[in-house]
Amino acid sequence: MVFFYPKGRREKAMKKILSGNEAIARGAYEAGVSFAAAYPGTPSTEILETISREYQAIHSEWTPNEKVALEVAVGASYAGARALAIMKHVGVNVAADPLMTLPYTLVRGGIVLISADDPELFSSQNEQDNRHYARFAKIAMLEPSSSQEAKDFTKEAFRVSEEYGTPVMVRTTTRISHSMGIVELGEAEERKDPSLERHPAEWVMLPANARRRHPVIEDRVVALKKLANTIPMNRVEMSERGLGIISSGVAYQYAKEAFPKASFLKLGMPYPFPDEMVREFASQVKELWVVEELDPFMEEMVKALGISCHGKDRIPMCGELNPDIIRAAISGEPVLKPVPAALPGRPPSMCPGCPHRSMLYALRRNKCFIAGDIGCYTLGFLPPLDAIDTCLCMGAGINHAHGMSKVFGPGREKLAAVIGDSTFYHSGITGLLNLAYNRGAAVIVILDNRTTAMTGSQNHPGTGVTIGGDKTTSLDLEGLVKALGIEWVRTINPYGVKNARAVVKEALEYDGPAVIISKAPCVLLKTRAVPGTPLAVDHDKCTGCKVCISIGCPALEFKDEKAHINDVCVGCSVCAELCPAGAIGGDV
Amino acid sequence: MNVLMTGVGGQGIILASDVLSEVMMRHGCDVKKSEIHGMAQRGGSVMSHVRFSDHVFSPLIPYGSCDILLSFEELETARYMPYLNGSTRIIINRFRLSPPTVIAGKETYPDITPLLREKTNNVHLVDGSALAMELGNPRGVNVVLLGTLSTLLEPAETLWIETISDMLPAKIRAANIEGFKRGAQLNVQ
Ligand SMILES: Cc1ncc(C[n+]2csc(CCOP(=O)(O)OP(=O)(O)O)c2C)c(N)n1
Repeated sequence: MVFFYPKGRREKAMKKILSGNEAIARGAYEAGVSFAAAYPGTPSTEILETISREYQAIHSEWTPNEKVALEVAVGASYAGARALAIMKHVGVNVAADPLMTLPYTLVRGGIVLISADDPELFSSQNEQDNRHYARFAKIAMLEPSSSQEAKDFTKEAFRVSEEYGTPVMVRTTTRISHSMGIVELGEAEERKDPSLERHPAEWVMLPANARRRHPVIEDRVVALKKLANTIPMNRVEMSERGLGIISSGVAYQYAKEAFPKASFLKLGMPYPFPDEMVREFASQVKELWVVEELDPFMEEMVKALGISCHGKDRIPMCGELNPDIIRAAISGEPVLKPVPAALPGRPPSMCPGCPHRSMLYALRRNKCFIAGDIGCYTLGFLPPLDAIDTCLCMGAGINHAHGMSKVFGPGREKLAAVIGDSTFYHSGITGLLNLAYNRGAAVIVILDNRTTAMTGSQNHPGTGVTIGGDKTTSLDLEGLVKALGIEWVRTINPYGVKNARAVVKEALEYDGPAVIISKAPCVLLKTRAVPGTPLAVDHDKCTGCKVCISIGCPALEFKDEKAHINDVCVGCSVCAELCPAGAIGGDV
Repeated sequence: MNVLMTGVGGQGIILASDVLSEVMMRHGCDVKKSEIHGMAQRGGSVMSHVRFSDHVFSPLIPYGSCDILLSFEELETARYMPYLNGSTRIIINRFRLSPPTVIAGKETYPDITPLLREKTNNVHLVDGSALAMELGNPRGVNVVLLGTLSTLLEPAETLWIETISDMLPAKIRAANIEGFKRGAQLNVQ
């Protein structure tokens, strides 16, 4: 939330309502962080956006992907500065390679990874529980349950990181990242001066060095376990002893709401697990429950201590929780699942005038298999376009098409893949390199809308502008594609839909890898290439053939056997070009 | 106190719930609010939970615990029935945005008031959108409806106006304060 406080007033407001994401940004600022890097991804995106907008003392940058984000943050940390890497849950998969070896190396400046998970899949391709990464990498993990804790724990994460020489993961979920609450603001700590040091034995992970570093990790986990048993963010709230609940994150708030009189063991630091605290708490309550979203992460550790408890025997593993689900589960009632009202829905769709629409239409009309990727264009999956056939993870589409082309052999099937510009820079380049190297035969369409639209229009290496709005080098996409070894490359304007269809046809006939760059700015950008004024249908000419309706534009309606254009039309003219009766135009 | 705000993307619901939260914090309450954004887009369903009291745990309103439902769009009011109870006060802005299936002629726009009256008699329709239009500020419907809502809550008008002044850019401040005051005159008692 941007506040327009009169000058001088803002500094005095020491209590502010912040989202979890804004609170993490504030925590980084108060912790004296020098460097923050991220690749966008819901629900994490606003953290770096807030840092860049409000805390310019911190250098912030969008990186092409999450692996880069973590590695540049590690560089800053090796130089002695406090550094932050931010990503959504699936981003940690991309950054998993550096993450797994990072704990072997020596920490200088505190290094913190924010993982924003998405129970309920509000905006993700899976519902993975990233708390497992903390145990997998053997690093400390903190889990805030409110905006205040989001700020406090971010600061604490840096202290723990430096004191114990460990990377620390702060794990949020959509409800924590996007909910708002009151936060007490504090002063910023002084930033640490960077200095160049060499620590080859601790930073060069050759087998001989890594072998010596592994026991360091194991000892550190023991030390962190001791910390977990004493750190104030792990606390017992003793009340009635009939029901004892171990919980963390937003699930703690839901459980408190449902059972305010129960006793609680509230874990702000659930990994390494505070065994002694848990044993002590379990011995004092009659019935023990572990309340957590997604996997039985804490529950399994409780059971490993030989303590019996309830948890996922009653509480759902899938989706997010709420106070009602927890109340029903613990009191033994059937778990509530409200039936959605039988009302007309408002599903997401591509915007009117979106440049992806005509390109997807051109591919569909050429009857190709369309391997897809992640971005706004994935919505092309929906009818009537029905033009996306796969979506696994970022960067996968090109590789699906290649794998298929190799098993089918030349000329048997028409194979295509679509990928957004941001996704191409994220993890599409290596796939295209493989396609060229291993001579796959597929048509790859790069949907270059000059932004990362899906997550709210972030800049990327193709836009020539940084997160702070500064001009920087702008990538030559066609040159890059050629340099990867692709000989057949065309850049087209997708709004010319008939031409797009013809170019796709030509590319499909080419025996080898072909790339079409479909270049037109997102309609939500100021640079958009549409007039912004609605077209209209001449109803004397309209034959009711529904060709225009088949592109699935929200501006087109069909009633009384005729097409109609409503006021959300921005005049991209794709429907006008397709209309066989010439019934659509600017001044009808 | 649990206030649910519902409507469609582009109606300024997030800003309205931000203002409500800020007012309640300045009034001395603990406040939490929750909404989902991400794939939110123009015309999509939007819902915001705002909770305030001495201490708030869950950012989500438990089912059956909504005290006031302030709905910016008619159909959207009926999407959140599990949150209502017999004494929930429902304020509906008279405004309809047809969903895609209605536009395509596959479904009709439902009449939702009988549905709601099954739960509670406290259903009030107000002409917020028409008033905002009349004031020459159609985008200010969110602040008009906040004005209406304010008559059901403790904080004084001065606190609301001071908060709105602090949170809105100078350019649109005066028009929104006017909208707020006029909205407060819409009758929902
Ligand atoms: C590993 C990973 N990181 C981030 C995301 C979130 N995300 C989904 S699509 C996307 C980028 C979309 O941009 P682009 O490819 O340019 O397509 P557009 O939305 O602009 O059409 C992002 C950041 C994700 N799903 N997976």
